[in-house]
Amino acid sequence: MGMTITEKILAAHSGRESIVPGEIVNAKLDLIVCHDVTTPPAVAMLRKLGINKVFDPTKILVTPDHFVPNKDIKSAKLSKHLREWREEQGIERYYEIGNHGICHAIAPEQGHVLPGMTIVCGDSHTTTMGALGTFASGVGSTDLAAALATGELWFKVPESMLFELNGHLPVGVYSKDIILYIISKIGVDGARYKAMEYRGTALKDLTMEARFTITNMAIEAGGKSGIMPVDEISENYVKERTSDSYTIFNSDDDATYSDRFTIDVDQLEPIVALPSLPSNGRFIGEIERVKMDQVYIGSCTNGRIEDLRIAAQIMKGHKVAKGTRTIVVPATTEVWKTAMREGLLEIFADAGCVVSTATCGACLGGFMGVLGAEETCLSTTNRNFTGRMGDPRSKVYLASPATAAATAITGTITDPRDFLKAQAAKA
Amino acid sequence: MPELPNTFKGAAHVYERAHINTDEIIPARHLNVHEEAELAKYAMEDIDTGFIKRVKTGDFIIAGENFGCGSSREHAVWALRGAGIRVVVATSYARIFFRNAINNGFLAIECPEAIEMVKTGDEVEIDIQAGKLRNLTTGKEAGFVPLSDFARELIEDGGLLPHIQKKAAKA
Repeated sequence: MGMTITEKILAAHSGRESIVPGEIVNAKLDLIVCHDVTTPPAVAMLRKLGINKVFDPTKILVTPDHFVPNKDIKSAKLSKHLREWREEQGIERYYEIGNHGICHAIAPEQGHVLPGMTIVCGDSHTTTMGALGTFASGVGSTDLAAALATGELWFKVPESMLFELNGHLPVGVYSKDIILYIISKIGVDGARYKAMEYRGTALKDLTMEARFTITNMAIEAGGKSGIMPVDEISENYVKERTSDSYTIFNSDDDATYSDRFTIDVDQLEPIVALPSLPSNGRFIGEIERVKMDQVYIGSCTNGRIEDLRIAAQIMKGHKVAKGTRTIVVPATTEVWKTAMREGLLEIFADAGCVVSTATCGACLGGFMGVLGAEETCLSTTNRNFTGRMGDPRSKVYLASPATAAATAITGTITDPRDFLKAQAAKA
Repeated sequence: MPELPNTFKGAAHVYERAHINTDEIIPARHLNVHEEAELAKYAMEDIDTGFIKRVKTGDFIIAGENFGCGSSREHAVWALRGAGIRVVVATSYARIFFRNAINNGFLAIECPEAIEMVKTGDEVEIDIQAGKLRNLTTGKEAGFVPLSDFARELIEDGGLLPHIQKKAAKA
């Protein structure tokens, strides 16, 4: 019987010829990614058990990202623990402030993610890295501790769901709209325990930056992982960054899927997920033009360079609306520097945005744009649960960087195509 | 490690809504610490500010579908355990929360009937061997699929790390 790409990767890492969904396997891990919130408790657990050495420092990547630059004394303590631990363990792949980035963005950007890998991180958006043909899944701190100590972890082999994306995205519609559409159709538990596998002609138009946005949000449908086949686009992305060798796995034609969906992306429009679930996506033409107190452009979902280019293209020559604070947070230091060289930071600053250093920041209500009671925010982030970005009475709307930029200019939820059409008419 | 008892008894705190997420169970503004006692002060803060005043050691949370979805923060399990919760009974779980629960030796039972037959304040009892949930206040009963052997072994060993150590000692 044929296997999916996910089954093949898990089989290859657990010394098995073949495996089937539902089995529990112990898989060897190729990369363990560590950040400042969930790693310090994992390290504390290991110390308590007298385990003072990680299994292999070369397979670990460390970057503080959630609450850095340290937002308060308690988070300074977490970062300090992380820093001291990585030094003690001799972990070379370390991205300190000034060189840092959100873990799911910096790991592939810096060439640490290779097709065929198994990857875990104490963070639910680890699924992002599946866009490079890897099995990447988020875990808690105990799993992280076990992974750091032994280099392997138990997994229940997930069933796979197949999403075939066909056609070409219309102008003003982006990969964020694709994933918000999918989640609106299957719900926040529609892929619970499952691997969300993507294929189809529409992928050919999507850069790695755009693809990461789709796999990033697998967890918002309850998915264990998101995964895409390796093609020329992903291979070029990897080869520009590293000369390390890798193995490509492909789903068999007769692989078994629990569900199959075909989406004609030509039919999509910009989507906004209304408060307070990522599955509340509506086409932008169907919703009220709610006033926004804040617009947030960034995060592991949409803080990559292409996202900033899209936002800057719309914002160029405009000012953000009075009463709509607009915060731009590049996902990594490299993205920030590229945005500077390309003049994007100037466009944002001239428009009246604040540009931050890389951080998870206000995406999870940490800092750099926390919302007050009854405030509204249109955000390019990944979840809009009650209290996610601050006060439990605040309201978060999720959308693409283009919709965020258009909304920042008008101050109310705005279709980015209004601006793109006007620009095209002028040109 | 003492043997895991088969029955647990406690007062219920019922949250019928689906998709209670880890941002609600322990908001991220409190993730700058990871000590259980400290996290416990804020358990369920964004969904029920009265919870922490009412909860007593040994109590149960009874919840709807997809409990614990969202962020992978294990702090959610620690906050509930720190607050005194001994067992969560939900219609279904988000996978990372379930994994974190059993990795901590914390009981997460799946019983879809529970939210229909239990009200906040009722005394409930579960028998994890028999797969039975009893509402001691009303006398109603429901069955549930007992934990898998693998999950039960992890919980009996006190969680994933003691389990790994035990296996390593045997090898």
